[in-house]
Amino acid sequence: MKHPYSLALLTQAILAAPPVVIRNAHVIPVTRPAFTGSVVIENGRIRQAAEQVTVPQGATIIDAAGQYLMPGIIDCHSHIGVEAINEGSVSVSSMAGIEDVIAPEEIAIYRALAGGVTTANVLHGSANSIGGKCAVIKLRWGASAREMLFEGAKPGIKFALGENPKRTNSPSSRGAGTARYPTTRMGVEDVIREAFTEAKAYQKEWREYQLKTERREPAIAPRRDFKLEPLVDVLENRRFVHAHCYRSDEILMLLRVAEEFGFRIRTLQHVLEGYKVAKEIAAHGAGASTFSDWWAYKVEAYDAIPYNAAIMLKKGVLVSINSDSPDVIRRLNTEAAKTMRYGGLTETEALSLITINPARQLEIDGRVGSIDTGKDADLVLFDKHPLSNYAVAQKVFVDGELRFDRARDLAARPEREAARQALLERERPGARRAPARRAQ
Amino acid sequence: MRALYLAAALAAALHAETFLLRNVTVHPVSDPDIPNAAILVRDGRIADVGTRLAAPKGIRVIDGKGQHVFPGMINSATMIGLSEVGAVSAGNDVGEAGDFNPQLRPLIAVNPDSEHIPVTRANGITSVVTLPVSLTGTSGGGIIPGHASLLRLDGWTWEEMEINRAAAMVLQFPEVRLSINTPGELRPVRIPFLEARRTYESRLRDLTTFFENARRYQRARTAGDAQLRTDIRLEAMLPVLEGKVPVLLLAGNERAIREALAFGGREKLKVILGGVRDPGAAMAAIKAAGVPVILREPTDLPGREDDPYDHNYSLPARLHKEGIRFALGSFNNQFARNIGFQAAFAAAYGLPPQEALRSVTLSPATIWGQDDSLGSIEKGKWADLVLADGDILEPRTNVTQVFIHGRETGVESKHTRLYRRYLARP
Repeated sequence: MKHPYSLALLTQAILAAPPVVIRNAHVIPVTRPAFTGSVVIENGRIRQAAEQVTVPQGATIIDAAGQYLMPGIIDCHSHIGVEAINEGSVSVSSMAGIEDVIAPEEIAIYRALAGGVTTANVLHGSANSIGGKCAVIKLRWGASAREMLFEGAKPGIKFALGENPKRTNSPSSRGAGTARYPTTRMGVEDVIREAFTEAKAYQKEWREYQLKTERREPAIAPRRDFKLEPLVDVLENRRFVHAHCYRSDEILMLLRVAEEFGFRIRTLQHVLEGYKVAKEIAAHGAGASTFSDWWAYKVEAYDAIPYNAAIMLKKGVLVSINSDSPDVIRRLNTEAAKTMRYGGLTETEALSLITINPARQLEIDGRVGSIDTGKDADLVLFDKHPLSNYAVAQKVFVDGELRFDRARDLAARPEREAARQALLERERPGARRAPARRAQ
Repeated sequence: MRALYLAAALAAALHAETFLLRNVTVHPVSDPDIPNAAILVRDGRIADVGTRLAAPKGIRVIDGKGQHVFPGMINSATMIGLSEVGAVSAGNDVGEAGDFNPQLRPLIAVNPDSEHIPVTRANGITSVVTLPVSLTGTSGGGIIPGHASLLRLDGWTWEEMEINRAAAMVLQFPEVRLSINTPGELRPVRIPFLEARRTYESRLRDLTTFFENARRYQRARTAGDAQLRTDIRLEAMLPVLEGKVPVLLLAGNERAIREALAFGGREKLKVILGGVRDPGAAMAAIKAAGVPVILREPTDLPGREDDPYDHNYSLPARLHKEGIRFALGSFNNQFARNIGFQAAFAAAYGLPPQEALRSVTLSPATIWGQDDSLGSIEKGKWADLVLADGDILEPRTNVTQVFIHGRETGVESKHTRLYRRYLARP
């Protein structure tokens, strides 16, 4: 365990909490047919989810008659809760990592939680061909940055293709400053190939060193390279590649480069023209995490269609719907619902795009993504069917803990507003100042 | 003879359909829903609505197969026709240079073959307001970027698409702006407060001066001054000064709203307040002024960290509670097709569902002065109709047909064409 101390604290808190039973809900497990019944939460996990359950002694009962319980929503592409996302100075910034800049008090986390999201893959930005390392977090609002990390989730790294890494839409590439290599899609491919050529050589140096030490031959350890280490992780399947891409040509390019170097792209992100090369994506074994209906905001998004998710799904690709936005992350349930209009997906297929599918893409499906016995009690209670625009999340549980409660939020508002007014009053000119709060 | 032939051809082209749409549930918006009903359309207009309509002899009958019919939706703020791909400046006709351009009219620059038209229409939106400016703050456009045009999403030319080329004059009311979005920049550029205030004050002075000049011009014009040279910019101000053409006053927050309303009152303008996102205590001022409002998307993020998380989701409900008339606008193109979904989000957070539907149909029709011809399913109105297998504000619903002036536009677009083509890829 990487963070045994914080984990122990967390576990302790959960162990102390009494069991919770959510009763009479329309339960949508996603991995099996929906039913009306109960879910028993114990020690942060789902103990039982069935029409009839055994209510543990001393359990808190929540009557959810007429309401809908689904697994906590998982966003496979987000930038919430971080101080900065782009180390834009170099086109290979694999030494930088999101884990170091998590801001656990950022309000976007709470707003996302209030929309039913319980897990997010927080990515580096798309300014670079090879960006920084990603962090999978649980939206444990109120916890520290360390405690938000999804313990045990396999690390990832962001790649980016097309207009963003070649800086098409940035002032510097329009003559206002110095151009940075690459400025074409050809250059983007080259940057990635160069980096992995270097990484292979670096991997070889270390292997030779290890062989020598095993044979007890004299050896000097190679100099550590924090840029290349994450790429060796990729080559040795210890780190997932999440690649931002739009056009079919660049998607295909990346799949072939990865195959040449002997690794696999875990997810293609955005992948707006994925529907054009769905066959090739499925054959490579990459997942696809896309928008519901974004299009036409730039040239590479002009052939984007809202049927993308449906086509890829029908052609055997593991698909999820993501937000990439502090706004859209608050309503991923209705984003998923659009695939029923655009491509005729079933309710279960639509909901899988924001639950079990992203969980599989991040390889955390043993823990989250469905309502099944033994999984983490990450749950959302909606007042209406979650695929309806009229649905509002009422309660959101993370590890069995009630981290968002609409009733509680509403009840706290008068007090919060009064506190805000008091602060404003104090800052008004002429108001009696409170004693100096800052030393300087 | 030839002229006669042309006139006849034109009449045939413009001559809209006549048919009976039967076996449908009608959602008139102006009246309670009517199950098992029919709509009689003659020459593109609604001739009758009811449960006991007999098909006139020889008329085309369309079987609605138990589906629902809604009035075509109206999106009160887009740039449709003027901007194709946001990031490509060559294809952008929003945001003219200069601070005062009341003479500009979007309609005449609308590309009738824009892919946004069929894409937006396929979700049941039959009319849009096209603005001469983008609200992201990146396009320039100045204080008066031009007029707003109201157009229907069907026609071979912009002339055929016109509902009202000068539906309102747009005025971006000066605000103290502490950050500006610049294309390609990852985050907004911050502006020091003093600098922002100076810019705001000088823009306010420019605005006052421009209106003073326009008033002088108006007086000279009324006096019949023979020496007066025609000024196209100031000519465009006359209907505005006379209160014949409304002013779409764009003001987002409390302070700007107060000042904009005070300005509109002083100048005796016919005001439509637009782009409202955070009225705060100015809600009472809006109510007192009795002006209608064009709201931004309810999914806009709350402006302040300590705002309630559903601050903008619940804004339409709060306006409704105050009795303020409002309509919804996207203020963008790529999500213009989702305006009905936006209305539903408002309903999720307290707006009565009937009012949500109204905010994208009858309310905008009224605000834009078209309530005698658009916005509801009533006798005499244009047959702008949407046929769907459920509630058009819901994402799961399929829109199966769209009629504009009784013409079946279909629901095909670039998106459905690419869908079929690549779904069939071997």
